[in-house]
Amino acid sequence: MKHLLTTRDLDREAAVRILDVAEEMAATADREVKKLPALRGKTVVNLFFEDSTRTRLSFESAAKRLSADVITFSAKGSSVSKGESLKDTAQTLVAMGADAIVVRHPASGAAHRLAHAGWIDASIVNAGDGTHEHPTQALLDAFTLRRRIHGADARGRALDGTRVVIVGDILHSRVARSNVWLLATLGAEVHLVAPRTLQPAGIDEWPVTVHALLDDALATEPHAVMMLRIQRERMVDAYFPSEREYGRMWGLTAERFAALPADTMVMHPGPMNRGLEIASVAADSTRSTVLEQVTNGVSIRMAVLYLLVAGVEEERA
Amino acid sequence: MSGLIVRGARLLGGETGDIRIVDGRIDAVGSVDPAAGDHMIDADGLVALPGLVDLHTHLREPGGEASETVLTGTRAAAAGGFTAVFAMANTSPVADTAGVVEQVEALGRQHGYATVRPIGAVTVGLEGRQLAELGAMAASRAQVRVFSDDGHCVADPLIMRRALEYVATIGGVIAQHAQEPRLTEGAQMNEGPLSGELGLAGWPAVAEESIIARDVLLAEHTRSRLHVCHVSTAGSVDVVRWAKKRGIAVTAEVTPHHLLLTDETARDYDARFKVNPPLRRAEDVEALRAAVADGTIDIVATDHAPHPDERKECAWAEAAFGMVGLESALSIVQHTLVDTGMLDWAGVARVLSTTPAAIGGLAGYDAPLAVGAPAHLTLVDPEASRRWSTDELRGRSRNTPYTGITLPGRVIATVHGGVPTVLDGALVDADTVATTAGGR
Ligand SMILES: [Zn+2]
Repeated sequence: MKHLLTTRDLDREAAVRILDVAEEMAATADREVKKLPALRGKTVVNLFFEDSTRTRLSFESAAKRLSADVITFSAKGSSVSKGESLKDTAQTLVAMGADAIVVRHPASGAAHRLAHAGWIDASIVNAGDGTHEHPTQALLDAFTLRRRIHGADARGRALDGTRVVIVGDILHSRVARSNVWLLATLGAEVHLVAPRTLQPAGIDEWPVTVHALLDDALATEPHAVMMLRIQRERMVDAYFPSEREYGRMWGLTAERFAALPADTMVMHPGPMNRGLEIASVAADSTRSTVLEQVTNGVSIRMAVLYLLVAGVEEERA
Repeated sequence: MSGLIVRGARLLGGETGDIRIVDGRIDAVGSVDPAAGDHMIDADGLVALPGLVDLHTHLREPGGEASETVLTGTRAAAAGGFTAVFAMANTSPVADTAGVVEQVEALGRQHGYATVRPIGAVTVGLEGRQLAELGAMAASRAQVRVFSDDGHCVADPLIMRRALEYVATIGGVIAQHAQEPRLTEGAQMNEGPLSGELGLAGWPAVAEESIIARDVLLAEHTRSRLHVCHVSTAGSVDVVRWAKKRGIAVTAEVTPHHLLLTDETARDYDARFKVNPPLRRAEDVEALRAAVADGTIDIVATDHAPHPDERKECAWAEAAFGMVGLESALSIVQHTLVDTGMLDWAGVARVLSTTPAAIGGLAGYDAPLAVGAPAHLTLVDPEASRRWSTDELRGRSRNTPYTGITLPGRVIATVHGGVPTVLDGALVDADTVATTAGGR
């Protein structure tokens, strides 16, 4: 594996391998010395064209625990926005010795372009590109699900038969896209819920069951419900009439939460709009995985960086 | 008087013959005996077409000289077999006054590679609010007859109605870039399964079709002429077909790229394939080809849109819309329509020369290759084939989408008003063309 750009081209074996390596990484976090020497002498560049403190910190922490040298480049408001092209920026970073570039970009396909345009030769990790994909988020979600379901016995397993309902702005959600492909590959049964206005074109061809109404999807008694963040400005573009109506029809309200099966997990990629897409009683319950997701994010990103940067070297040797 | 003899070309009726050009006009066609001092072009195996006319070119001058100039754009045109181009108004300053259109027209005349007919803006600054001085541009030395806000849609129905009515008084036509702006805010590619997967904002077919439907009804109501730029969907073809059947004075164009490429090209996020209107589904490509063959779509026009590398070497959403097309247009038409048996070479002459000239009010193209007509002609070798690359380009920009594709046909010679601009497949140098053209 040279790049991680989308979960769409991960097969089941590769996906399970990443989750298994992440389990190893998680195990080291419990040790006294948390650092591994795996990427000593390697340089990982975090190239962030879009603000995202939590994702940036997660990748920084992952790279540091692997002993890599970490350069963080916040391209927002720098020379990039003054006309330097994506190509120029990438070539500059490679000239600084980047072995891997973790890129976050507001435009869909930016990571794919960096990987495939022939401009540079470094490994590329997509840390979120526009409304396209966010593969490490999906991997950490799958990791979180697998751990909750299989506990200490999780290694080597996929998510066969796990029913996951993903709710909200599917149209603009990179988290939803990455989760759809990955969870389906891992054998999960994926249900998507959104008003018709927030369903992307071609959703009928996706390996999912689509519902317009949340209550129809919750009636399937899912193992997990993943609530996506809804952006308030979508109202202005007439995707839905009001926050109140959205919350009433597509929010995980206290009433809906109470009616869920007792072991249904509640997931959210964060940051949450409490009271809009998710009620506090759901977000703060023991069935919420929100904080685990953050912790697991570091393990997954360690696994991905390890497999891309150290793994490539193994293959070449 | 010495002349130029094209020897043994395949003429539009399919027969082989010679063409003698004297003093910028076609002097004789058929079996011609050379006079002393005549120059010869061996056209054995070549098809003789009337000089091609592009109703939709972006020459970028004034203001966008980093991408193209009148000189570089008309050199690209000549290399592609064109002898006349209609230059779109979205320059800087916008071609919305007599001064700007006269400047562009004069540059074309000075360089001599092709006749440059400026298109005037419909509204001041292409802003869609106030009519530009259409009458002044029509009465200027540039004799503007085609008006367009291309790049922008004349979206306001009242402005569109008035523009259609107003140009009727000066014998002009409105060329509409049909794109409902609210339905395409932030749009990046064809709305369909691939846009959903790639996370690129969709440009739905209905945003084009609804404007064309509105505009043909306005054209009927105002008894005016409407030309629809770059039709890109099967649904648009249906609307135009309906309008023509009803007797509405509408003409329509399609670009070469919409006759060949589909939205699948976006899969790699390579912005060379980013164009407006976007590349559509395979079903649309089929419908567009059939519509050219049956005459529903009247012409092929390039929408030649040069951009510097840096506007394409970036993320898709940040890249400019458009692709160059003058050098490749005839090859794409041969590939998609002639070699598929949908159009013969006389049909090519119709969609790439006679009809675009008629729509644009350009004289000298109504009797192709006839004795006495101005000598605008193109010789193409239909048996040639080229693996396309940026080396085939003659303009200032390199944003061609066809790199790596093998395309049929090659322009061997282009003659503009008796002046050879391409000979033996190569451009004649600028000084020679300017001097020869100026001497006329
Ligand atoms: Zn246009």
